[in-house]
Amino acid sequence: MEKRVIFRHRTLPYLLVLPQLAITLIFFIWPATQALYQSVLRQDPFGLRTTFVGFQNFARLFADPLYLDSVKVTVVFSISVAALAMGLALLLAVMADRVIKGSTGYKTLLIWPYAVAPAIAGVLWWFLFNPTIGILAYALRAVGYDWNHFINGTDAMILIVIASAWKQVSYNFLFFLAGLQAVPRSLIEAAAIDGAGPARRFWTIIFPLLSPTTFFLLVVNVVYAFFDTFGVVHATTSGGPGQATTIMVYKVFNDGFIGLDLGSSAAQSVILMILVISLTLLQFRYIERKVQY
Amino acid sequence: MVERRPITTFITHAVLLLGVLILAFPIWVTFVASTHAPSALASGVVPLWPGDLFLENYSLALGKGLAASGGVPVGRMLFNSLIMALAIAIGKIAISLIAAYAIVYFRFPFRMLCFWTIFVTLMLPVEVRILPTFEVVAQLGMLNSYVGLSVPLIASATATFLFRQFFLTVPDELAEAARIDGAGPLRFFRDILLPLSRTNIAALFVILFIYGWNQYLWPLLITTDESFYTIVMGIQRMVTVADAEPQWHLVMATAMLAMLPPVVVVVAMQRLFVKGLVETEK
Amino acid sequence: MAEIALAGVKKRYGETQVVHGIDVEIADGEFVVIVGPSGCGKSTLLRMVAGLEEISEGSISIAGRVVNDLEPKERDIAMVFQNYALYPHMSVFDNMAYGLKIAGTPKAEIEERVGRAARMLELEALLTRKPRQLSGGQRQRVAMGRAIVRDPAAFLFDEPLSNLDAKLRVQMRLEIKQLQKDLGTTSLYVTHDQVEAMTLADRLIVMNAGVAEQIASPMQVYEHPESVFVAGFIGSPAMNFLPGRVAQDGGSLEIRGGTARRAEALAISGQAGRELLIGVRPEHLQPVPETEADLFLDLRLVETLGADTLAHGSLPDTKSTDGATKDIFTVRLPGSVQVSAGERLALRVAPGALHLFDPDSGHRIADL
Repeated sequence: MEKRVIFRHRTLPYLLVLPQLAITLIFFIWPATQALYQSVLRQDPFGLRTTFVGFQNFARLFADPLYLDSVKVTVVFSISVAALAMGLALLLAVMADRVIKGSTGYKTLLIWPYAVAPAIAGVLWWFLFNPTIGILAYALRAVGYDWNHFINGTDAMILIVIASAWKQVSYNFLFFLAGLQAVPRSLIEAAAIDGAGPARRFWTIIFPLLSPTTFFLLVVNVVYAFFDTFGVVHATTSGGPGQATTIMVYKVFNDGFIGLDLGSSAAQSVILMILVISLTLLQFRYIERKVQY
Repeated sequence: MVERRPITTFITHAVLLLGVLILAFPIWVTFVASTHAPSALASGVVPLWPGDLFLENYSLALGKGLAASGGVPVGRMLFNSLIMALAIAIGKIAISLIAAYAIVYFRFPFRMLCFWTIFVTLMLPVEVRILPTFEVVAQLGMLNSYVGLSVPLIASATATFLFRQFFLTVPDELAEAARIDGAGPLRFFRDILLPLSRTNIAALFVILFIYGWNQYLWPLLITTDESFYTIVMGIQRMVTVADAEPQWHLVMATAMLAMLPPVVVVVAMQRLFVKGLVETEK
Repeated sequence: MAEIALAGVKKRYGETQVVHGIDVEIADGEFVVIVGPSGCGKSTLLRMVAGLEEISEGSISIAGRVVNDLEPKERDIAMVFQNYALYPHMSVFDNMAYGLKIAGTPKAEIEERVGRAARMLELEALLTRKPRQLSGGQRQRVAMGRAIVRDPAAFLFDEPLSNLDAKLRVQMRLEIKQLQKDLGTTSLYVTHDQVEAMTLADRLIVMNAGVAEQIASPMQVYEHPESVFVAGFIGSPAMNFLPGRVAQDGGSLEIRGGTARRAEALAISGQAGRELLIGVRPEHLQPVPETEADLFLDLRLVETLGADTLAHGSLPDTKSTDGATKDIFTVRLPGSVQVSAGERLALRVAPGALHLFDPDSGHRIADL
């Protein structure tokens, strides 16, 4: 799509794009190129010598059980977060859609967690599940489960999943509600006249119509779980116990800044870049089918 | 809706209320914990009703801070977060507006190159190129500075993309009428396009403010000087203390303070927030 | 106030040419309407005059000054757009005053001029409103006001009435006409609506496919269309066309398959046997006794409009060929004449109402 009207000026357009172009080049294009470049280099531990190693960093990664572990952890983590956050949000959205009076009130009460930083969300749940003083750990002990995310990897994983999903419910709720409200009432009424009960109506009419929203949210939630949850992990479990909660983004940071293995960290960055680009392209394709730009 | 029996209405409200309670529960516990003495928290289990140390705990956190985070007063961190969030929101909106304007309303050599250079950033979040970005900022001597905290995070095209989409929907005739009225490109931008973009700017501001306020990894990396700590990352310093239980009552007071500004923004500007969310994700 | 002159004006977009050389001189105070189907290049032509499109070739001058390289604001013109193009965030007053403000006009004078225009257009009570609070007709008036306030050398109108409903369109048409008469400002007006074109224009430019097919007064265009296109485009219902030929005696016309017309005075002697395309307007046919008829019509459908009755049918010997409706022939009769489908109508063509065209070039040969 292009404008019919244009202004003519020799220098002005360059001046206007310059700030963004400069920032993009310095803080985006250049570092991204560096990441690509470093991913094919290896530095000795003292940072004195750098050698070109081709795809060795990548080969090493895929042979490294620790890395493969973190891939597995990431997959489990993101699927759990997406499922929990989307399931809960869908339930709440369906209910809010049924409410005639007070639906804006519910909306207000349900969307605010979006504003909470992931790191803060992590700290809150970390506190609630604290094995010695946390109220939820206490409640679990009362029903016979000895919760301890400091030593039990599964507990730690559940903790970061809950903390990450908690915040994302709001977001999904908003989009599901908008999707539900876009379903034509006449369609539901027609189904009711055809004799379909509420549950049947939901699964045969409403849910299929919601599928674009669901797919879109799935991509968004996976991207969120991949990247934005760094704060949740870092502020609470620090990837532990062991490697139980070391998601890929956390490992990039850990290997690069703590382990100072720049080549490996850069290679991991590149893998993440490829992942996120594929996800984005997937989403773009979907958008293109939905609306014409 | 079609069927509406009292029982289903009751269930509907019950589920929603339960949802609200589940979402709000952590905040309630946080608030309660922030009003008690450390002893009340350390002994066994957290109480569920507020204590009487609200003023004491909050003024202590705000004014003095915690030793664990270098003794920086939380007030200082709040200020840093505010600067960072505002700089990111305002900076990004400003450069995006003019860049989108140039790309939509002008034809110039290398226009498409500029377009793609800017828009490729839509693809990659800061987390995946964090190390080299850190190195660039370090080389530029921007560690421990507000510029270093905010400017690198402005390098993303979401806002530019949004404004471009919006500008494309502005009728061509408006620009033509303005030209006939004698308005040049800058005048048209200021008198017509900016006022028309008002709601978009406001919606984007809400989203970017929250985005900036909630930044974690970036400030964590580039601030070693405590006086530049932002509140969201500062909390991590307070929690991860070696060989001791964190001072939970103050941590929780800090958490409340860290959540308050963005939550207030979202609730007070709900309509703009929803608009911004929907449009930036399109 | 000024005259506008277009000399060999062409417009190309890359390879495709959309305006093929227009020459016209518009006198001071004249109201010229450019009319044609969509995509004929009429808006492009107007936009070149306004300075919104570059002129590929030729020259345009306003008030004796070549404006090819001047910005719109330097051309001393005002324009009224199809969708009005009112600034949505500005009040009616600010919309009208914007151009003056940019030009640095003193505040008192702005108020004086906007006030005068508002009085003229009965907008005084609406000056503080925003465009979205106005009805379609009111918006149209504001757009006019914005043009008037500037006191330009020329008004340019780009289909200004096409967004209004039918009734309002008639009313605004009268207002525009009146206003232009009162102000005496040279005006160039683009429309695809031939009724608008006929009623408003001092002179018409009928355009088709980037070419000015005819430039003349509305009556001239109606009575002596220069081409088949013009003949078919102007007039409603549209002109009927029939293939025909000059009879061997050179003194009469043969209309397809022998339905002959008695020639009164065929000016084209020595052209016996020449193929023709013959046009007759529906309103130029009268029912007559069979013996006086020029042609016969088998009626298929009759539309009664009250004052008029439109009778559609086919000529007897053309009906059988394919039976298709493309050979529909229409007659406009006074409402008092009662006819019904299935009848055969005997018709006579009014004197001077036969338009003869060359079937290949489409150009006019003669009117009989």
